[in-house]
Amino acid sequence: MFRVSRASAVSPRVEPVPSAVIEAVELVKTYQTTNAVDGISFEVAPGESFGLLGPNGAGKSTTMRMVGAVSTRTSGRLSILGMDPNENGPEIRSQLGVVPQTDNLDTELRVRENLLVYGRYFGIPRAVVAKRADELLEFAQLSDRAKAKVDDLSGGMKRRLTIARALVNEPRILLLDEPTTGLDPQARHILWDRLFRLKEQGTTLLLTTHYMDEAEQLCDRLVVVDKGRIMAQGSPASLIREYSTREVVELRFGSEKNQDAATTLAGVGERIEVLPDRVLIYAHDGEAALAEAIHRKLEPITSLVRRSSLEDVFLRLTGRSLIE
Amino acid sequence: MTSTSSRVDFSKSRRFGAWYVAEHELHRVPTYKWSMLTTAIGSPLLYLLAFGVGLATLIKSGGSAGIDGVSYAQFVIPAFLCAGAIGTATEEFTFGVLLGFKWNETYLGMNAGPITPRQIAGGHILFTILRMTVTSGIFLIIAMAFGAIRFPQGLLVLPIAVLGGLGFGIPIAAYSTTIREDRGQFAVIGRTVVLPMTLFSGTVFPITQLPIWLQWIGWISPLWHSTQLARDAAYGHAEPGWLTLVHIVVLVALIAVGAAVQVHLTVKRLNR
Repeated sequence: MFRVSRASAVSPRVEPVPSAVIEAVELVKTYQTTNAVDGISFEVAPGESFGLLGPNGAGKSTTMRMVGAVSTRTSGRLSILGMDPNENGPEIRSQLGVVPQTDNLDTELRVRENLLVYGRYFGIPRAVVAKRADELLEFAQLSDRAKAKVDDLSGGMKRRLTIARALVNEPRILLLDEPTTGLDPQARHILWDRLFRLKEQGTTLLLTTHYMDEAEQLCDRLVVVDKGRIMAQGSPASLIREYSTREVVELRFGSEKNQDAATTLAGVGERIEVLPDRVLIYAHDGEAALAEAIHRKLEPITSLVRRSSLEDVFLRLTGRSLIE
Repeated sequence: MTSTSSRVDFSKSRRFGAWYVAEHELHRVPTYKWSMLTTAIGSPLLYLLAFGVGLATLIKSGGSAGIDGVSYAQFVIPAFLCAGAIGTATEEFTFGVLLGFKWNETYLGMNAGPITPRQIAGGHILFTILRMTVTSGIFLIIAMAFGAIRFPQGLLVLPIAVLGGLGFGIPIAAYSTTIREDRGQFAVIGRTVVLPMTLFSGTVFPITQLPIWLQWIGWISPLWHSTQLARDAAYGHAEPGWLTLVHIVVLVALIAVGAAVQVHLTVKRLNR
């Protein structure tokens, strides 16, 4: 037999496509008569950070529960780590880390104990859990709180403890359902920093959020979800390129006058959007659009030129803001 | 950050999941161990004092030779031991269950890991058995020390009391699993189920003292069945063999049916 020559190793080869760790095809979840999830399809590659962006009630959490193998799908196909949650739910769950929307820490236990008892669920030997708990407390910047009561922690600390708990089994996929909702800006930034480190280490992340800045910071790729359906998908940058202009001018004229001002602005920029509290001009050159507005004798109370964000993408796709 | 390999072993989760749930609940005990132990030691002493010393003198002066041919304290202590186990079970299978589903949501956390709803329900039952064994065991030791329950046959009172606790508690657990909003249902159970059951289950007087139209309460009461079994072990009263069998069958049936319903409802509630 011929041995494979060294040359073949350097010859042009097709990059092997890593098999998806999450594969959802036409996923549907029906409650009574309403479809909370109405035919969602997406794939997540290993090491990828994937986001579901949408307003409250879009079906994000329901999708997360199906992926987390705790909610049976009504129809469609779903494969997590190559297994079907209908058949291998517990086995799939032993390889996931789950950070739910509301923390479900055991408030009757101390901080470190929460990690100890949780680690045991995965069949991890006691001594190993203990060692890992200390490492995770360090990672979550909670080492000095190890013996504190859970109720004495701040919201941000509880969240970090929940994330530490979700990592106790070294999950192959980490599911985060609105990880920073309800946290103050400082706590959010600490959390983002921790999540970013996980991402750098190659942890696969699936997260839901209704904060566009969160999606922009953490997601390699995302889907915009509304009313149980996918409106668009791609990287944050490509979505902005596709559905918005480079810049946006925000003008406030006072709630009574916005509509009139929009009429005067007709033809400025690529597109004009009138919201109850402001007028948005989508333009490639924001400063030029603002100059044109002033030139047309408009006198906004405030004006702001900024880069387009996912918020604008969502507005374009649904006609509504993300956070009502 | 994390150098230790976690060594996840799913086969262990599958085999020992229920035990891990019980282990989790054991971790919580230190926070309430003193109230648990005080109750476990204090209540038998109170009962012995009140019924062995106080009420017994009154009943003896009535001229009877006691009930079942034993002193009133000997008659009543096995019943209180069984009632105590049911009290512990009621606490765990009402508040304990809703704690896991709603107030603390720990069941959701367990279920997000590899633990199944069946293991969650089973683990809580396992923990409650352990708790009843400790509290009723303390009661039994004290009662034996005072000679109110014979040794060694009286040791059987312990598994009997646990059986009675489960016979009442597991069907209650199934009911608790259906509760979404706490509107004082548990207080209602206490007043309309536990209290009448305790009064009319042959606890402080034989069920035969009741008019026939009230005796049915005893027949459907897990407390009556466990109490009668416990009395047999504690001092050996004369009950026909078939009746002893009925006591066991009723309790086992309540546990089996209750557990099947409880598991079914837990699966339903956790799969959203």
